[in-house]
Amino acid sequence: MNRRFMNFTGKRNQQRGFSALRTLILAGLLCGLPIAAVNAETLAISCGAVGQELQLCKEGTEAWAKHTGNQVKVISTPNSATERLALYQQILAAQSPEIDVFQIDIIWPGILANHFIDLAPHIDAATIGEHFPAIVANNTVKGKLVAMPWFTDAGVLYYRQDLLDKYHAKPPETWSELTATAQRIQDAERAAGNPRLQGFVFQAKGYEGLTCDALEWVDSFGGGTLVGAGGKASINNPQAVAALKMAAGWIGTIAPEGVLNYDEEESRGVFQSGNAVFMRNWPYAWALANATDSPVRGKVGVIALPRGGEGGKHSGVLGGWNLAVSRYSAHPELAADLVRYLTSRAEQKRRAIAGSYNPTIPALYKDADVLAAAPFFGQLYPTFADAVARPSRQTGAKYNRVSADFYNAVRDVLSGQRQAGEALAGLQRRLDRLSRGGRW
Amino acid sequence: MRKFRRWLGRIAFFLLLAAIVVYSVFPFYWAVVSSLKTGSALFSTDFWPLAPAWSNYAAVFREQPFGHNILNSLFVALATVLLSLALSLAAAFALGQISFRGRTPLQFAVLGISMFPQIAVLSGMFELVRGFGLYDNLWSLVFSYLIFTLPFTVWVLTTFMRELPRELEEAAIVDGAGPLTILLEVFLPLMGPAMVTTGLLAFIAAWNEFLFALTFTLSSGQRTVPVAIALISGASSHELPWGNIMAASVIVTVPLIILVLIFQRRIVSGLTAGAVKG
Amino acid sequence: MTASRDSAHTTPLSPLSLQRIRAAWHFVAPMLLVLALVAGWPLLRTMWFSLTDANLAELSGAQFIGLDNYRALFDDPDWWQAVRNTLIFAGISVSLETVLGLIVALALNARFPGRGLLRAAILVPWAIPTVVSAKMWGWMYNDVFGIFNHLLLASSLIDVPLAWTASPDLALAAIIAVDVWKTTPFMALLLLAGLQMLPRECYESAAVDGVHPVKVFFRITLPLLWPALAVALIFRLLDALRIFDLVYVMTGNSRDTMSMSVYARQQLVDFQDVGYGSAAATLLFLLIALFTVVYLTVAKVGRER
Repeated sequence: MNRRFMNFTGKRNQQRGFSALRTLILAGLLCGLPIAAVNAETLAISCGAVGQELQLCKEGTEAWAKHTGNQVKVISTPNSATERLALYQQILAAQSPEIDVFQIDIIWPGILANHFIDLAPHIDAATIGEHFPAIVANNTVKGKLVAMPWFTDAGVLYYRQDLLDKYHAKPPETWSELTATAQRIQDAERAAGNPRLQGFVFQAKGYEGLTCDALEWVDSFGGGTLVGAGGKASINNPQAVAALKMAAGWIGTIAPEGVLNYDEEESRGVFQSGNAVFMRNWPYAWALANATDSPVRGKVGVIALPRGGEGGKHSGVLGGWNLAVSRYSAHPELAADLVRYLTSRAEQKRRAIAGSYNPTIPALYKDADVLAAAPFFGQLYPTFADAVARPSRQTGAKYNRVSADFYNAVRDVLSGQRQAGEALAGLQRRLDRLSRGGRW
Repeated sequence: MRKFRRWLGRIAFFLLLAAIVVYSVFPFYWAVVSSLKTGSALFSTDFWPLAPAWSNYAAVFREQPFGHNILNSLFVALATVLLSLALSLAAAFALGQISFRGRTPLQFAVLGISMFPQIAVLSGMFELVRGFGLYDNLWSLVFSYLIFTLPFTVWVLTTFMRELPRELEEAAIVDGAGPLTILLEVFLPLMGPAMVTTGLLAFIAAWNEFLFALTFTLSSGQRTVPVAIALISGASSHELPWGNIMAASVIVTVPLIILVLIFQRRIVSGLTAGAVKG
Repeated sequence: MTASRDSAHTTPLSPLSLQRIRAAWHFVAPMLLVLALVAGWPLLRTMWFSLTDANLAELSGAQFIGLDNYRALFDDPDWWQAVRNTLIFAGISVSLETVLGLIVALALNARFPGRGLLRAAILVPWAIPTVVSAKMWGWMYNDVFGIFNHLLLASSLIDVPLAWTASPDLALAAIIAVDVWKTTPFMALLLLAGLQMLPRECYESAAVDGVHPVKVFFRITLPLLWPALAVALIFRLLDALRIFDLVYVMTGNSRDTMSMSVYARQQLVDFQDVGYGSAAATLLFLLIALFTVVYLTVAKVGRER
């Protein structure tokens, strides 16, 4: 097409065209842009689905496209993380070049590492160093930086300020305080004619969410995170048993039996309709609980999850999403540049203000503009900074199997089918076999 | 007394119908009610939306090319059904009216294809689609949907074909008609209800298919309705925009209801007077 | 036509039936060709992978390992739990659907005002995408803000909210109820088509003879309807044994309700174990094939009687 155009336009025009190109290249060099940008390329990025998440992503990629003279096509993928992973696996296993940049969950680097390029050579070390070290470490598989942190997430505890005030209770510092407070308020409220009130709701359906919740209980008691330092499974310990015993005691007392099939949205439904005192959830629920039509608007507080007893610690599981570049991309350099731009401080600040997406750059938690838009960021900073990673890096491609074994064992304990000690001993044996003694 | 019993029977009959209607329609009614609620009202159990909000419906069309997605679904489902019906009508004629060696194994092989779970054929189908260069193309869906519509239409049409009397064909042969003429002019008119019914069931199956549609298309211009619905997401990663999803579901169910209303006369046209003459 | 007449072969078949057999193959060929094209590769590939240690992360490095996957599968209690769940699910839901579908079909076959609308109304559940209806029922089943517990509590039939989808005893029943709701229309519509194709003369003579309607149903309608019923049953059974999305959306990977397809999916996708997952899928296929053969043998006997 281009060549034909040249033939028709004659020599004079051709020369003019060349000089224009030279000017462009020169301008490009002066602006410090990569030369490749002069030949406008089209990249495809998978981010968000439909709604505000997609909108923010589009704005970000358009800014980069305008800046570099390229084009970016945004491909929407399913909202559900499991469906999204399944789709990615199909596309990547077929070595399809159709998507250049993938938005991946914090637990996927180990699973998908083979399909992504190492980003470390493309992004300078100082920029990488701005991000939470825990997330960067999580995204580094076998010495390869598989993905750049984009936004983060951590489990937090929501409580009903109005109910706590009414019964002169403090927000709980430990799990046993939570249990006692929840029981007291639930009993009193039910006696006072509020039969549907529940003490505590969380996620205990058979899925990844239960792995998050249970890992928080176990880790807050000092029971570790399934896999120990040397890579050996470490779940069969007294602290973990104590944590699960405590959780099993909640079912049917302060938590409804139905919690065994709750995911995030079902817990939020119960809490937001005013039917629960405490809820474990992610920060997204904050904005929704305080929306204008919410029955609990202005009555909700949020703090770090309780410690597991006096010697325990606050422990919220690390969540969030990262950006990775496909090994099969036709333009890995450009794609890496897009990732660099989208994860940069300026873009993360914009997303934090416009959509309350938690930045992965600690400095932004002290930024006045960000704090003005999302005040609880400052208060929850320690939760994000010290969030506990699931053992996805150590277990690599086997993570999903480990997670499934874990949540199945926990569910057995919660539903009363097995004792905590027995279930965890069984889990330890399974993980030992699976990990081939820690080598994975 | 007899009159009384007839009345009682009538009442019982209508009560039964009412129960069936409530069972099948109530969840849909609940979807309509939910689609008119926003925010926290979704978590309430009001039987009537106290303040009906149409914003969910507007959002469905504003945030994505939903009209285009409906057209895509319509095209894919129609093409799939027409292809399946054409192929299987011919096959059913052979399998149902003519006895030849290998007929039964053939029928079993066809049935066997629909015994694999969809997830197991997904990867292979994906390779096939890419191999034919149909990736991100609506024809990839038409092509892959045949794997579950064809066995179904072949079997159902064969069953109904077998019930038609052999004498019909013998009479036609005496008249000097070729097999194709016999199929199109003698059997096709008689197969009306079976064709419409299987076509409708296959149409809905293709219309609602999700896994293949999600995997074999990429750009929003090529997506079908179930995928578009699954893509609807809220402001943050865990939020489920229930109102929008319900609105979208109601929108895609309405064309199907209209379709049934149009075709329902054909479903029950049956062996009308003219047909048995042949 | 002329070709078969020229045939010099000495066969016991008449030229006419030879010609018909040739025509039969011509009519079947396009369908077979399309099916082979569409299904051949994916199915053979799955069977092949079931004999290897293929992994989704690196498919090309698959090694042949014989029947190891199947051996492991036979030793896995979770698999047998999934088989049991699936069989219970399929048995109960298909029986219920058949009975209900028959009632609906008979009702729709009668003449009364507004039956066109009723036909459309009955079909609604089948028309809603499964993913959506599963979520919708999940919402209605919710123990705290769900409509069912709300109604049951309000009418004081229960005094403690039921955990429909969470309690191991109720979850499978809750899923069956949704499946019956969703697929009864399928059954009803196929049976209705069968009813419509029945010759009307039998009924007319029965009506003249004053035979009791119930007797008419069991003596005339059911035997005549049997072929349509049999084929509807087969496809429902095949679908029920492969049940996936309903279970997956409503209760995730919970072992209490996991079906064989959900098990296969977890291995294939979540665990990336293509070899093992393919073995599960192939075993599921063999199991269904076994069922079908048994069923068809029985069904044929019933028909000849």
